[in-house]
Amino acid sequence: MVTLTAPETFAPTAAPDAGQAVVDLAISSVRELNQAIHDAEDGQSWTVTNPGGKHSLAVGIDADIAVAIDGHAGYYAAGMHQKGSVAINGNAGVGLAENIMSGNVHVTGDASQSAAATGHGGLVVIDGNAGARCGISMKGVDIVVGGNIGHMSAFMAQAGRLVVCGDAGDALGDSIYEARIYVKGTVASLGADCVEKPLREEHLAELAELLAAAGRTDNPADFKRYGSARNLYHFHVDNSTAY
Amino acid sequence: MTITSVPAAGAAPIQDISELGLRESATFDRATIADIQRAAATGVYDIRGWGAKRKVPHFDDLLFLGASMSRYPLEGYREKCDTDVVLGDRYASRPLHLQTPVTIAGMSFGALSANAKEALGRGASEVGTSTTTGDGGMTPEERGQSRHLVYQYLPSRYGMNPDDLRKADAIEIVLGQGAKPGGGGMLLGQKITERVAGMRTLPVGIDQRSASRHPDWTGPDDLEIKIGELREITDWKTPIYVKIGASRPYYDTALAVKSGADVVVVDGMQGGTAATQQVFIENVGIPTLAAIPQAVQALQELGVHRKVQLIVSGGIRTGADVAKAMALGADAVAIGTAALIALGDNDPRYAAEYSALGSAAGFYDDFQDGRDPAGITTQDPELSSRLDPVVAGKRLANYLRVLTMEAQTIARACGKSHLHNLEPEDLVALTIEAAAMARVPLAGTSWIPGAGQGGF
Repeated sequence: MVTLTAPETFAPTAAPDAGQAVVDLAISSVRELNQAIHDAEDGQSWTVTNPGGKHSLAVGIDADIAVAIDGHAGYYAAGMHQKGSVAINGNAGVGLAENIMSGNVHVTGDASQSAAATGHGGLVVIDGNAGARCGISMKGVDIVVGGNIGHMSAFMAQAGRLVVCGDAGDALGDSIYEARIYVKGTVASLGADCVEKPLREEHLAELAELLAAAGRTDNPADFKRYGSARNLYHFHVDNSTAY
Repeated sequence: MTITSVPAAGAAPIQDISELGLRESATFDRATIADIQRAAATGVYDIRGWGAKRKVPHFDDLLFLGASMSRYPLEGYREKCDTDVVLGDRYASRPLHLQTPVTIAGMSFGALSANAKEALGRGASEVGTSTTTGDGGMTPEERGQSRHLVYQYLPSRYGMNPDDLRKADAIEIVLGQGAKPGGGGMLLGQKITERVAGMRTLPVGIDQRSASRHPDWTGPDDLEIKIGELREITDWKTPIYVKIGASRPYYDTALAVKSGADVVVVDGMQGGTAATQQVFIENVGIPTLAAIPQAVQALQELGVHRKVQLIVSGGIRTGADVAKAMALGADAVAIGTAALIALGDNDPRYAAEYSALGSAAGFYDDFQDGRDPAGITTQDPELSSRLDPVVAGKRLANYLRVLTMEAQTIARACGKSHLHNLEPEDLVALTIEAAAMARVPLAGTSWIPGAGQGGF
């Protein structure tokens, strides 16, 4: 639960130099953590211990720093990430890396729903499974999921790439714009205006690059590509039953 | 009034329908007939902007009880009546301090031209109040000319950028609009120019669908966590508003407070929009007048009235409307449609061009078409260049000053040294409906219809 009490002013007790700084959330607050990383300079690195599923961990990072969270994170971990990297050695809650702009976020476990929602750029890697609405309204982010994803993923996805090494749930890519989806396993169903498309050489190359960036060894040729049929880009009364 | 009909092909023109003794159906009046004919011809519903046109109980149905014997007025041109308001001092370390409680509602770049957005910023800044972004994000012109800029955090998250979030003076989480509570939006392809498309990450020229709900949270418990995230990103400096379309304002206001909002914005059904279905505009939501007492009741019961500020919008036109909204318990108001009119929207000097579009000055509402002769609701470079942002900004500033002075005039007559000292006791209603909705007595009586039953 988020406290709604205005926080006390925080002054980091030990500003990290070039070395590793450790924030123990059993002792420090989320506010203290975020203020410290907002005050951080490029090149610094941080380890967060005892996260305990707390919300809003390492949000709004705007410096080229590395943050490692040892344990499970709650909602909106690494939200609006702009630079550097965040590694979560555990599971992540709703809205992981929502609206990420650049940099990368890596979760070794599973992510809940709406992972990388509305992300504009950067790379989000989830080694485990992701819940419903993964990549919803994505606007340029790249997402690589090692396991399965839930229903309505990539709903109204505008740009970017979603790679799923497992299976996809119902209504994949519903009302998709120009985002591209690659799925290795099965797709329960495709959403409105989402169709399977040929996997050409440029797509194999793109996919290989994304898989490599995510540290995976899957064979790109085992995937299928999905994208927009572009039939619903303009409202037309004859398509009214498609919505 | 002489009503001239459109003659059938080959028929002699009829100059005056009233001479025929015809009686128009109240159910199937000419506007309704035209709607049916248009639907039958096209097979699609009508989309337009500019908010509800039907008459509903509104501020016109309330009157102020100026002072005489039992109340003591202030001198109109001598004694001070303050107008400033502080918004968002519940948790944020940098609340907004505005010189007038009349703010500019969110309207997007995309729906509006860049010149129009700049003009809104110029006008608002000149009188010390705030303007608000919209779907499409923050433009440099708007930020540059806006002393106080509220950044809308919308379901679509078009143009959402943490850099802009940190540049904002306040963040407004939009859950709904008064014109269409629960509805998304559709910006037609002709307004998706290269710049608009770039800001929204969309292909040029396609129809843009705006989501009706946020993608990464659902209910109030999630919203509380989302607000926590926004506070963390902005280091608890920036006030967080929550904007709701008026439908269940008592419950929605209470939940917004519970979620941690610094400011609650309630937009009544008379609120404008850039484009949505006419049937939606006219039939979903409740009037602004009915929404305010419900929202105020929720704030009072939670013990946060005047601590969590209430901004009311939806059909504000005059200083009397401002004063009435504040007397009912609002801390500030927001204007949208009226601000566009002040800039020059529906200007009679473009009468011929409105006519060519099948409309008329004072009636033009096809904002989605992007062919606005006034250069306000368009992305056409030639049309938008017609609006001089400096001149239009000055017009808006003038209008905002008039609204403020009018409200002050009424407040002084009621003996108030600050607009916030206006209270429901200063008001009576002209109709039973307005009395019941506003929870003030019917004029000349002590009767408040539904009193004791209208609460929650």
